[in-house]
Amino acid sequence: MLTRFLLLGLDKKAGVLLAVLALLAVAVPVMALGTAPDSPWHLSTHSVALMGKYLCFALLALALDLVWGYVGILSLGHAAFFTLGGYAMGMYLMRQIGPRGVYGNPILPDFMVFLNWKELPWYWHGFDQFWFAAVMVMLVPGALAFAFGWFAFRSRVTGVYLSIITQALTFALMLAFFRNDMGFGGNNGLTDFKEILGFDIQAPATRVGLFVATVVALAIGYILASSIVASKLGKVLVAVRDAESRVRFLGYETERYKLFAWTLSACMAGVAGALYVPQVGIINPSEFSPASSIEAVIWVAVGGRGTLAGAIIGAVLVNFGKSYFTAALPELWLFALGGLFVLVTLFLPKGILGLAAQLRQRLPSRGAVAAKPAGQKGV
Amino acid sequence: MHRALCWLLAAFLALAAPAAFAADLEPLVRGLGAGNYADTEKALAKLAETGDPAAVPVIEALQAGDLYVRKPDGAVVVAKRSGNGYALTDPVTGAPIGEADRNAVEKIKVNNALRRTMSAALGALTLMSPNAGVRWQAAEAVFKSRDANALEALDAALAKETDEGVKRAMTQARASVVLGSSAPDGDKLAAVEVLKDRGDQDALALLNGAAGNGSEAVKAAAGKAVAAVESRLALWGAAQNLWYGLSLGSVLLLAAIGLAVTFGVMGVINMAHGEMVMIGAYATFLVQEGFRAWAPGLFDFSILVALPVAFLVSGAVGVVIERSVIRWLYGRPLETLLATWGLSLALQQAVRSLFGPTNREVGAPSWMSGAFQLGGLTITYGRLWIVVFAFLVFGALLVALRRTWFGLSIRAVTQNRNMASAMGIRTARVDALTFGLGSGIAGLAGVALSQIDNVSPNLGQGYIIDSFMVVVFGGVGNLWGTLVGALALGSVNKFLEPYAGAVLGKILVLIFIILFIQRRPRGLFALKGRAVEA
Repeated sequence: MLTRFLLLGLDKKAGVLLAVLALLAVAVPVMALGTAPDSPWHLSTHSVALMGKYLCFALLALALDLVWGYVGILSLGHAAFFTLGGYAMGMYLMRQIGPRGVYGNPILPDFMVFLNWKELPWYWHGFDQFWFAAVMVMLVPGALAFAFGWFAFRSRVTGVYLSIITQALTFALMLAFFRNDMGFGGNNGLTDFKEILGFDIQAPATRVGLFVATVVALAIGYILASSIVASKLGKVLVAVRDAESRVRFLGYETERYKLFAWTLSACMAGVAGALYVPQVGIINPSEFSPASSIEAVIWVAVGGRGTLAGAIIGAVLVNFGKSYFTAALPELWLFALGGLFVLVTLFLPKGILGLAAQLRQRLPSRGAVAAKPAGQKGV
Repeated sequence: MHRALCWLLAAFLALAAPAAFAADLEPLVRGLGAGNYADTEKALAKLAETGDPAAVPVIEALQAGDLYVRKPDGAVVVAKRSGNGYALTDPVTGAPIGEADRNAVEKIKVNNALRRTMSAALGALTLMSPNAGVRWQAAEAVFKSRDANALEALDAALAKETDEGVKRAMTQARASVVLGSSAPDGDKLAAVEVLKDRGDQDALALLNGAAGNGSEAVKAAAGKAVAAVESRLALWGAAQNLWYGLSLGSVLLLAAIGLAVTFGVMGVINMAHGEMVMIGAYATFLVQEGFRAWAPGLFDFSILVALPVAFLVSGAVGVVIERSVIRWLYGRPLETLLATWGLSLALQQAVRSLFGPTNREVGAPSWMSGAFQLGGLTITYGRLWIVVFAFLVFGALLVALRRTWFGLSIRAVTQNRNMASAMGIRTARVDALTFGLGSGIAGLAGVALSQIDNVSPNLGQGYIIDSFMVVVFGGVGNLWGTLVGALALGSVNKFLEPYAGAVLGKILVLIFIILFIQRRPRGLFALKGRAVEA
């Protein structure tokens, strides 16, 4: 039953994508650990971490595509769920430091000693256990998304209004986490991690392990999302996206469907954040900034909204471009990113995958833009 | 002729007077270094009796421990360390009189009794000063020090005082001293009344002290006075918060009002709105640079010139954006949001590349700097002008939309595009001009914000979320809603700040808005009926 459900979404496109992921999961460990450092096939630890970072972003983009592409909820606050998951993992890693911190306190993280805190705040308890942190990574973003979505969907906040209040949500969280007395390290965030599950976090083998974990998480996320989309539930979600009132009149409780997709998406974003933190080595409140959420939206838009695979491709491509530009031409990166926003929305409303499909079908190129009459306030 | 001669004589005497006094002071100053504490005290008392302002710096130097005796001739000098020795100056005239070796001078020692005499003498001298400002300061100093030695000088000065303000300050100073002394109850009760009338934080502290000890009658009176002062202070505190709230609200209004046009009237989500504000601020900077270079004398008018310039520059950028990007995206708000966000990134980087990432200096004209007191309120002119300006812009926009042909076209196109087009309105042009109008108003906001915020490429980003909150809170498509929304959010923010702190207050306001939108998804003043779904 479950297997059949999971196999539902596996078409040819998914097969190619999963094959690429499997290849990465095999090739990267071999290239990073099995080759000599001077070999042309060798991958440095830095490149492994960089690729792992891209794939974490890909998982975030996948989560976003599930709600934006299939349910029509444009979230400008998905980075909030990503960062919350990251903080949950960061708290586990902080507790793992133990007495090896600068102040050598076996219980309190360095920043708490520095701020003269005497004991661990209640919400830090339990994070010394990996299983607890792993549950929290999904539970905290999920619970926040559930509560937020419960209120928002029930009062039928839709479209742009929803986008703007998701943005306000992540903005409020950013301001809150910047405060020292929140107990999350203020604007320095959590950093200086030593080990994860007993393995040295800087060691090449650990890095490769984290990379493989990210690939596996991404694959699972992709299979899950594509099966949901292909199932009957997915059809309802798409129907909600295209004509919510009509679906409601047909007797579906659209709020529940939206809430399900929204909460699941937040959990996926939380996992992405949790995998991101040990590979990057730091988590701080600036990850909450509205700009990073909107950047995630553009990954999805570039790859192709409502295609799942496109979200992954878009996230990897844009972030690869970002790494290249910020190193080579830092002045031009914001121009490139800004231009990307404009060009994609104007000329590539279906993203790269949409363009590819269009070329394949050899449609007469009338331009992808359908200029509707202005002044329509419909969303 | 005769009168002119008199004036001349008077002027001559006035010029000659300090010199004459200085000659008189000389032996007295010399007496300060005569020997033991008692001699110094006697000399100090005589110095105070002269009532000569020239004695003030001498006593101040003694207070600071800078007064020395030059050993060879016994002259009293002011000595400051320079290199290995001391640089000497004359205590009365302040003229340099060479240097001395470290062993050639000896410090005049003071004890606590002498210190008290000194401050009393200083108080007496400054209380008699011909300058009303100095007298007022002296009275305030006594009020704070509560020095019983100053009482006599205070009474003498009070008898001669003619200036109302200074007289009040002296009476209050006297009350402060009396309340701390062992004066009879009658005097103390009068003092309590005086302090109650003063009614500020300092008076409150004194009254609180009085309510704690002394006779029963004084205690009771002081307790009553404390209650009265506290309630008045609370009232002024509330008024101050209200003013801060109005001030913040007007800033929000300025930032949001352009958005009320582009988002509220046209339904375009313009995430680059903050950058229009920033462009307005940079236009102000450029205009001011021009004034600095070519007409520094007219600098006070630079802001007035910057207003139309900023409006036109931001408005032109807005028209270009509408024609090149936004017109392709009408009816697709989510795409508009993304495209304009991209534009905002590019605009920020463009300004950063042109002007550099650091803050630019925008000066305030003289009529916008300074502050005045209104009861217990301190109001700066800059903030006052911004409040006035925000309301002027709001009123002008209201008139433009309601009473002009252009406004009529805007409303017609918004309500029924096809019909408007059939009536001969060129809808595409109206779209471009409406967007230009909204952007131009953002530019005007930039002129005002350049006066109170850092002019940097990030200027707009700080306002974009707030502006959207204001428009959504007030109700999209409703200018009055924007006004009420801005003022309400501004006031709530400022009233929360004393209790929750600035950051937490802001978070609370955001949470409040998020919850509010859940209750009323269309804002405070929602459009009703079929227009909602149009």
